[in-house]
Amino acid sequence: MPDPLAAVTDEVIMAEIDPGSRVVDLGCGSGRLLEKLRDEQGSSVLGVELDLGEFLGAVERGIPVLRSNLDRGLQAIPDGAFDFAVLSQTLQQVYRPLALFDEVFRIARRALVVVPNFGHWRARLQVFLQGRAPVTDALPYEWYESPNVHFLTMIDFRDLANRGNFRIIKELPIIGARAVNRAWMANLRAHSALYILERR
Amino acid sequence: MALFAPPQRLELASGKTFGPVNVAYETLGTLSPAKDNAIFICHALTGDAHVAGRYGEEDDKPGWWDAFVGAGKGIDTNRYFVICANVLGGCQGTTGPESPNPENGAPYGREFPFITVADMVRVHKALVQELGITRLLAVVGGSLGGMQVLEWAARYPESIASAIVLASSPRLNAQALAFDKVGRRAIVTDPCFRDGNYYGHEEKPRFGLALARMIAHITYLSDKAIEMKFGRRLQHSDELTYDLLQETEFQIESYLDYQGKRFVERFDANSYLLLTRAMDYFDLEAEHGPMSRCLGKTDARFLVVSYSKDWLFPTAESKMIVRALLEARRDVTYAELESDHGHDAFLIESEIPKLTQLVRPFLETTFRRIAD
Repeated sequence: MPDPLAAVTDEVIMAEIDPGSRVVDLGCGSGRLLEKLRDEQGSSVLGVELDLGEFLGAVERGIPVLRSNLDRGLQAIPDGAFDFAVLSQTLQQVYRPLALFDEVFRIARRALVVVPNFGHWRARLQVFLQGRAPVTDALPYEWYESPNVHFLTMIDFRDLANRGNFRIIKELPIIGARAVNRAWMANLRAHSALYILERR
Repeated sequence: MALFAPPQRLELASGKTFGPVNVAYETLGTLSPAKDNAIFICHALTGDAHVAGRYGEEDDKPGWWDAFVGAGKGIDTNRYFVICANVLGGCQGTTGPESPNPENGAPYGREFPFITVADMVRVHKALVQELGITRLLAVVGGSLGGMQVLEWAARYPESIASAIVLASSPRLNAQALAFDKVGRRAIVTDPCFRDGNYYGHEEKPRFGLALARMIAHITYLSDKAIEMKFGRRLQHSDELTYDLLQETEFQIESYLDYQGKRFVERFDANSYLLLTRAMDYFDLEAEHGPMSRCLGKTDARFLVVSYSKDWLFPTAESKMIVRALLEARRDVTYAELESDHGHDAFLIESEIPKLTQLVRPFLETTFRRIAD
């Protein structure tokens, strides 16, 4: 399923990555973001993807990529191999996010995480008024075919940061097509959020 | 092709020298004017130079990787120039123990020197050079062939633009060494082996060699594959015979007998000893230092593939290669392919489409990159 917000989040992520960095994209899909990072910013890149079709898409782009299940760890990747780990629309799809963060900060100094915000007003309205699991642009799946196994809000993520091995050094709510530094009632207005995390 | 003819000699890893070496090789496709589309295929333990295609219309048995190599296939001979050569010490055309020693015209037999994977690769490098190719687009191989690919990368880092390592390892594990040992034991204890000098005799050590093959063949299959194919089905009737001398009660027994029998028709026992020993000895890190350093010398892109039910060259060993390459900051793509077949999966026709959809784009992007 094409992700309508992909172009927006790619742009937001790229703005946060220093040119020439070493970047691993966990859940890289067909390597669209990594291709841009490699070609436009001179990054040295690696993708990790489980889905065979997406994985082959990355191979077709000439992106180095490992076919691997994030829930089973990242043993093939050495410690400290990357400056940045990207988890764009990935975190809500893994079973044990905290275990993954242990691996993320073993292999990378910083992480960029983009997650849909379940606290967005549309999601809340659908739950509250219609009494239904929300289906929105940022959460585009019916419950029975959703790859998402966790639902969280911006407040929930901050909460996780207090328990994890990382701290949030930047939080950018994404409202419409823009990531903003600070927003009034962000947890209600942002459909997604970008976090930059650093090993604690 | 004759190589290392006097006054030249091949310097072997053992310290000895050897020559001349006749190399049996086959090519498919056309070498580009820029000589940048050549792919060298390294065969596995008992393979040969006949990688694909048929010798004329009468030939009912195509080359060993015919499903993967050919026009429009995984390694597309419409685009690439493919070279495959029999290994040094083999028995399918390249000089080996069965070949006549030019000094006296008799087969080398036990006189044939001990050889290693490095020696095989040295010979193949000389062949490639002789064909006027300085840099290969890719070196490709599975199992012992994959070990040769790793050796190419470590020994001739500038000679390859990519490396494709399938179901392989930087060194055999103890379990694999153990199976090789039993196979060799079966050969050397066959009374017809005669210390390796059996060529002048009517009887060859075929029972020992067949047994070695039967054992090895089991290690190439997965429990699931063998279960699905044969299960506990009986060979001759619906009932057990209660006869100890009935050797082929179960279908799997008959299958292994057949594999052993067919093998001795095409393979030489001395070559088998020599090549399994070469495989046992192979240890990339012992020879070239830590993988992250010895594989870091090449700019080649790597594609590493393992198979989920391969217990002879398990996935973990492929991951060691991947990890070392990432440590060296090389360009590496890795996949464990799901297959019910075991180690043999890379050779099995029904598994080839999976490999094809991975290898084709990998070669294409590599070729595009060097053309730019």
